[in-house]
Amino acid sequence: MSTGFLKTSVGKKVLMGLTGLFLVSFLVVHVSLNATIFMMDGGQTFNSGADFMAHNPVIRIVEIVLFAGLIIHILQALTLTLANKKARPVAYAKIDGAANSSWYSRSMGILGSLLLLFLVTHLSHFWIDTKIAVFKHQEHNTYLEMKEVFSHWYVVLIYLVGVIALCYHLLHGFQSAFQSLGLNHKKYTPLIKKVGVWFSIIVCLLFAAMPVCMFLNIVQ
Amino acid sequence: MGSGHGTELNLTLKVWRQKNTKASGSFETHQLTGISTDMSFLEMFDVLNEKLIHEGKEAIAFDHDCREGICGMCSMYINGRPHGPKNGVTTCQLHMRSFKNGDTIVVEPWRSAAFPVIKDLAVDRGAFDRIIASGGYVSVNTGNARDANNILIPKDAADEAFGAAACIGCGACVAACKNGSAMLFVSAKVSQLALLPQGQVERKARVLKMVAAMDEEGFGNCTNTGACEAECPKGISLENIARMNRELTSAALTYTK
Ligand code: SF4
Ligand code: FES
Repeated sequence: MSTGFLKTSVGKKVLMGLTGLFLVSFLVVHVSLNATIFMMDGGQTFNSGADFMAHNPVIRIVEIVLFAGLIIHILQALTLTLANKKARPVAYAKIDGAANSSWYSRSMGILGSLLLLFLVTHLSHFWIDTKIAVFKHQEHNTYLEMKEVFSHWYVVLIYLVGVIALCYHLLHGFQSAFQSLGLNHKKYTPLIKKVGVWFSIIVCLLFAAMPVCMFLNIVQ
Repeated sequence: MGSGHGTELNLTLKVWRQKNTKASGSFETHQLTGISTDMSFLEMFDVLNEKLIHEGKEAIAFDHDCREGICGMCSMYINGRPHGPKNGVTTCQLHMRSFKNGDTIVVEPWRSAAFPVIKDLAVDRGAFDRIIASGGYVSVNTGNARDANNILIPKDAADEAFGAAACIGCGACVAACKNGSAMLFVSAKVSQLALLPQGQVERKARVLKMVAAMDEEGFGNCTNTGACEAECPKGISLENIARMNRELTSAALTYTK
């Protein structure tokens, strides 16, 4: 592939789509593992899963690739947003955006920024502590940590806002990634769109259920 | 919906006035009375311009040519939407019955760095011509006219190519897009030729050149909001953009020169 490809507007879209779908695949792993807290076994399954994720060398490498993907997705979004601002130097006085597109498809930058803020909070809650424990070769009970973190109502609120931002980001992003990759087909695109909607809703409901159920002591 | 046949409207018009490309423009307000609902939007502008000329003022510059929805010249951004409140029509095909008595109508030019304002509502869409010149053609031997159906084309390919070829180059897609992207226009032109046998020879080079030309003109980047498709007066589909993404990606991967 010529290096010029990634400099074209199409190449940049393709990169956004690819990194986006890669992050989506991470969500699947993350939500599946976390859903084990609903097994009501005092977090046993969950903790052994978390322990595996923290120590397995393959996962360690994937984690680095994941951060790389995230950073590329963010930096690319920033460059594109700045370029798009330059493409319309004088703003319209009146815009009827609702007439031609959904608000969330027009707000991917804001939704993404909210997600990033949430992610920083989220990583500082869990990821950093886990890392320190691995580094010091200590046992780490992530399940207990979750229970403690989610005992504060304002934390639960922050998580809900983060999950809602994720939901809308996915509602547009999932099908948008396929379009960017050129994967559009009369037969399959309606299906991709449907899967995208259901995926966004189910994943986000599951994620939202975790802090809420812990806060309400439904998960013991 | 507006009033019935033969009714008259009183309207307030807020129109963008700009002396030339360099000047910074501003809105000018005009009151219009007795506008027939049978008039087209451009005819309403003709009435306004007559009035301005009678008052010894300068007429408002706006683009138009065919006035029957086929040339793509009429470019007005009306009440927050290119070509106004109705789907699938150009400004010349928009009628005053789509408005109500007492309405305030805000009219702006297409706003895009790649379409500089020439004067008032008229913008320079030369960027589109340069994109076409970069690759939107097929090289064929001229000579006697060929027999029809010399080259067989599957019906579905012909239909899709025809659908893409319906693009009139109006630029509403760019005007509607929050990113000022020209992907719908360029993809329609790329698709139209990529779908037909006559377009195969230059297929890869064409998409590479046309996308490069588009990027050079300073259009924004597509984020798949779909605003272009919704506002396109000719119903050009987003499928064309996906096709162009495919075409460009595969050309970038395989084209050797
Ligand atoms: S794609 Fe539609 S909106 Fe864009 S230039 Fe062509 S006809 Fe106009
Ligand atoms: S004036 Fe030709 S399309 Fe409107």
